[in-house]
Amino acid sequence: MTEDVEGVVEVQVEDIGQLAAEVDMGEDVVLAAVKVTKSFGGLVAVREVDLEIPRGDIVSLIGPNGAGKTTFFNVIAGILDPTSGHVAFDKRTMIARPIRAWFEPIVWVVPAILAGLVAAGALLLNASPTVVSLLILLALGLLIVMFLAAIVRPRWYLRVLLRAGVFRSARPNDMVKAGIGRTFQNIRLFANMTALENVQVGMHHTLRANAADALFSTPRARTEERTSADTATDYLRLVGLADRRGELAKNLPYGDQRRLELARALGSQPKLLLLDEPTAGMNPRETIEMTRLIDRLRKDLGLSILLIEHDMKVVMGISDRIYVLDHGELIAQGSPEEVRSNPRVIEAYLGKPAA
Amino acid sequence: MSAAIARLRTTSGAHRSASILIGWAIVATVLPFVVAYLPPFSTFQSANLWIDGFTNAGVLILLALGLNIVVGYAGLLDLGYAAFYAIGAYTYAFGASPIYGLHVPFWPMLLVGAVAAAMFGIMLGAPTLRLRGDYLAIVTLGFGEIVPAVFLNADKFTKGTNGIGGVYRPNFLGEFPIIDPKPYYIAMVVILALVMVAVYRLQDSRLGRAWAAIREDELAAASNGINTVTTKLLAFALGASVAGFAGVFEASKLTLVSPDQFIFQVSFTVLAAVVLGGMGNPWGVAVGAFVLYTIQSVLLKGLNTFFDTLALPAIGPINLASIDFTQYQFLLYGLALVGMMLLRPEGLFPSSRRRRELHAETEAGGDELGPDPSSSPVEEA
Repeated sequence: MTEDVEGVVEVQVEDIGQLAAEVDMGEDVVLAAVKVTKSFGGLVAVREVDLEIPRGDIVSLIGPNGAGKTTFFNVIAGILDPTSGHVAFDKRTMIARPIRAWFEPIVWVVPAILAGLVAAGALLLNASPTVVSLLILLALGLLIVMFLAAIVRPRWYLRVLLRAGVFRSARPNDMVKAGIGRTFQNIRLFANMTALENVQVGMHHTLRANAADALFSTPRARTEERTSADTATDYLRLVGLADRRGELAKNLPYGDQRRLELARALGSQPKLLLLDEPTAGMNPRETIEMTRLIDRLRKDLGLSILLIEHDMKVVMGISDRIYVLDHGELIAQGSPEEVRSNPRVIEAYLGKPAA
Repeated sequence: MSAAIARLRTTSGAHRSASILIGWAIVATVLPFVVAYLPPFSTFQSANLWIDGFTNAGVLILLALGLNIVVGYAGLLDLGYAAFYAIGAYTYAFGASPIYGLHVPFWPMLLVGAVAAAMFGIMLGAPTLRLRGDYLAIVTLGFGEIVPAVFLNADKFTKGTNGIGGVYRPNFLGEFPIIDPKPYYIAMVVILALVMVAVYRLQDSRLGRAWAAIREDELAAASNGINTVTTKLLAFALGASVAGFAGVFEASKLTLVSPDQFIFQVSFTVLAAVVLGGMGNPWGVAVGAFVLYTIQSVLLKGLNTFFDTLALPAIGPINLASIDFTQYQFLLYGLALVGMMLLRPEGLFPSSRRRRELHAETEAGGDELGPDPSSSPVEEA
């Protein structure tokens, strides 16, 4: 395909069928990133990174500052579209560079045009004016429906798009729904909400009460509010914050904020957790506690975890597999022992030995 | 005493809808008696005029409660809110005036107007979904100008500047009389009570939490599974539907609908009411709207008559008796808003959450740890 950035030949999936079909990635792999590249203008932040996360494993992504770890995270989480490559989660390709995106607006108008043609045909065949005007109204209605569907993107609309050969990446909230929870490098809690409310927001997609339930205060809305508060408290208990549930997120100490963000991510009942430097800025004791907690999440909840981390003690202690990024490129991967002794990794972290 | 208040607070917290209705009923019943029999109000103007004024204030309160959903709950600055008010009013005028020979009763039209306004809320909200802050404000400002302009220029259907006259009045055990303002007052009180209960329920629901999350940090909200698109559209739709109620009511009360009722000043006044009263807090917003209405149509007129009766001699070019104070309405609003932003940016009666947002530095824990919602959505690698 085209050469977008100098030096980076795109390996774009050409066949839409390949994206739409179930991906064969093996029973024990929860997420697979294939040749993911992301460039901002001329800067290639991530270059052709392949990464697999086995189910129930803790995989770490390490590298010096500016290596592209967080950019890679944001691609997986659906926040950034990759420049090329794709990401499959739970046997579905969720993220890739948009294919035939220009065709999407055509998909919007096709039903209306068809209805309009039928109306024109009816007019030519001297059908009654009521029939013709009904058909014109139908065309208008279809236009509005497609317009709204393009905004809300319900499942049927995505299926129609795939049929038409258009692929659009999942949005961040779609990724959460599919089962990916995440935390942020620079904590992004809802600062003016209580700890409990933060977790309840995290549980958003697991709850069902809609606007009508709220307006009429239906039993569903009322019981759900109660039970969701209880469940949220359980998540807070898991990270050790149950007794601070009523406190504002911004008034919590730093370490507690990190743990609250973890509880919020757990609220969405993820299969895969993306943790962006969960121990950053923590003191040694807090770091040990956090490491234990992450290990427990894997063991007790059976979560798969992708971890960005700078603290080598944490990384070496709990990772099953480590990927090393430098300047956007994957320079090493393997078990902690393999990575520790890899000369390229040592070079990336410590620099070349003096000649 | 404080124990009694505390107990009252717990009970009212547990039965909030009921306590809102009771509180509202008390206010609405007492208010007319106060102004009718208690000096100085009773000497100011006749009881009927007062009650009529309260009804008009009710329309402004209704608008403020609706805009509060968009601005206060979801944090989307909307400068063209009068557009939905116009759509509600014209919907009623189309359905219940001699212009098309239709006479759909008022009560179902109230819902039809709200639904029509909500649909336009979605249609006008959809293009703005990717915009934030200033850009959103400018686009909504544009919509607020477009809608009355369409009604003005589509004169084949709307009679243009003349407006649609002879709009039918509501019917409830007979048509609402022209002279007596009480039926309108009662209808407004009932509508307001229902809307008040509704907005409180929305605020504390899953949806209300999602709105608050989007207001605080849109990216974090999306990364926690909130569909920001539909959630924002719901804010636009629900906010617009309340304006639809107000439009239908106003059309039926004035029995005339014309484009100049929906100029930018209306949007601005409503927004000023929301900011003045306290974004995010329905009661505060209602008080804000009431205060603004009272300043505008009672106090300033009162000042006019007051200085007329005093008949002070002119001092040089300044002749207080000849000043028309109602002309200084927007000067006053402007001063009030500037003062408000400097002294009490959260409004007269803020919601607890808004107060926390605007007074971060005074609280323990400080704001240095809070996420910055305006920061770039993409973190550096």
